Amino acid sequence: MTSIAIPEGMPQYDDVPRFDVARVRADFPILDREINGHPLVYLDSANTSHKPRQVLDVLDEHYARHNANVSRSVHTLGTEATEAYEGARAKIAAFINAPSVDEVVFTKNSTEAINIVAYAFSNASLRPDGDPRFRLGPGDEVVISEMEHHSNIVPWQLLCERTGATLRWFPVTDQGRLDESGLEDLVTERTKIVSLVHVSNILGTVNATSRITARVREVGALLLLDCSQSVPHLPIDVVDLDADYIVFTGHKMLGPTGIGVLWGRGELLAAMPPVMGGGSMIETVTMARSTFAAPPARFEAGTPPIAEAVALGAAVDYLTGVGMRAVQWHEKELTAYALEALGTVPDLRIFGPTVPVGRGGTISFALGDVHPHDVGQVLDSLGVQVRVGHHCAKPVCSRFGVPAMTRASFYLYTTTEEIDALVGGLEQVRKVFD
Amino acid sequence: MVQLDQLYQEIILDHYKHPHGRGLRDADDATDQVAEAHHVNPTCGDEITVRVATDGDVLHDISYDGMGCSISQASASVLHELLRGRGTGEAFEVHEAFVELMSGRGQVTPDEDVLGDGVAFAGVARYPARVKCALLPWMAFKDAAARAGVGVGPEVKA
Repeated sequence: MTSIAIPEGMPQYDDVPRFDVARVRADFPILDREINGHPLVYLDSANTSHKPRQVLDVLDEHYARHNANVSRSVHTLGTEATEAYEGARAKIAAFINAPSVDEVVFTKNSTEAINIVAYAFSNASLRPDGDPRFRLGPGDEVVISEMEHHSNIVPWQLLCERTGATLRWFPVTDQGRLDESGLEDLVTERTKIVSLVHVSNILGTVNATSRITARVREVGALLLLDCSQSVPHLPIDVVDLDADYIVFTGHKMLGPTGIGVLWGRGELLAAMPPVMGGGSMIETVTMARSTFAAPPARFEAGTPPIAEAVALGAAVDYLTGVGMRAVQWHEKELTAYALEALGTVPDLRIFGPTVPVGRGGTISFALGDVHPHDVGQVLDSLGVQVRVGHHCAKPVCSRFGVPAMTRASFYLYTTTEEIDALVGGLEQVRKVFD
Repeated sequence: MVQLDQLYQEIILDHYKHPHGRGLRDADDATDQVAEAHHVNPTCGDEITVRVATDGDVLHDISYDGMGCSISQASASVLHELLRGRGTGEAFEVHEAFVELMSGRGQVTPDEDVLGDGVAFAGVARYPARVKCALLPWMAFKDAAARAGVGVGPEVKA
């Protein structure tokens, strides 16, 4: 605790919203589990989060009481299911401060959401009357970064292959920050879309996007932010963020798997051609041709993951109840604690920012030359669950000259005792592989 | 830690810390067929290159280089020890026995006469996430041998 007094009138330390972690943990049934004879220490929330009872109950209740298909039935159950599904959409829109509910498109996950944008560009490029903002060809450019998850690399590589456009990327600094020094040369009049990760799933870096956004606006390109690792962990306001699209996934934010979100500015979604065709996305169909529904339905072909969407709504309620500012602060304190604790482990090298500023609670590291698989295996024998491997971000591993990393990631239910268990486990790893 | 000791047998750790025959080598006999294969485990990024030098009857050398976890690297060292200098028919019997052991989910009792230090990997077979690590060099060996024109072991269904 610092002895320096914060001047009166300034925000005080105790003004920060907090919550009772023990009470939150009691809502998560899985946290009672033992793993290999040890209490579960789950440090893999960047991979997927656990689900509170409140979300599991809604999932169960939906199938037990309100199960029916949506947007097509006049009967009571169909109406209830539709109201629950659309109600979830409204909750998610409010959660990210979307100007309109119709800007929230339900997808399977972030990967599908990015692919919808990439294929909409592709489809627009094939049509002479396609909106010029989405049309790509030789000479046009797509800009990503070296920090991306594979889901924000491969769809753009494929799009560039299909259209003849060129893929370019922001490098990453030694500190694990986005290198914006070449911004003016990288984002130019040739750029059609810039697609960047908001918070890195491997380095934990929170990317400050305002300079990039300003440049994107200047050259008339579009901006997509992959918010898979930010929407679950910090307050996100799409109006403030001033992006054109954001994507995120339900299972990393206390919701079920199989449900994700594409948010896009209403006017852009309305101008985009459909990607997948089928039921629910049409206006009218004849044997010769079809016309299409307005967004979001245009991008939700087929029966959607209804119960999953409803349960994601419950997850958003839960997070709102705790408060996203409080979640953010809890993780900031954990991150500061973990960076300091990991700093005491001999031969431990952290990849990414080593200060708890502009970074989230995801910390990747190497322990001497012990392979991450071996680190993860020994930690697992002690109940400590971490992710090992390339984290679907191979270019980041290459950038730092390693084939794989060990990653610990935190969430609202993580405690400092769990970080102590990690540090203790790493001592054990050192003993096995001295 | 009892379970963990089954996975990280002393023999495995010893092969990992002191690998046998590591490094890619040219053939001593210029008339040998030499071929190599590079395999990666896409889920963890482990890599290995295995090179085989053979006259068609005997595996004169099996050399390798790679990076990866203790299991995959120790497995390459054991592969080298077990198969180098062996007749091809015999070598593929060992290959088959190792693949069978690793695919057995811990239910297969290994024959030390056939598998030598390879029996230490019996514990690895209980860890489905690590079986691919142990098999990585053996699958690369199979491809390299086929490219060098010598018979191929059984398919793996992992």
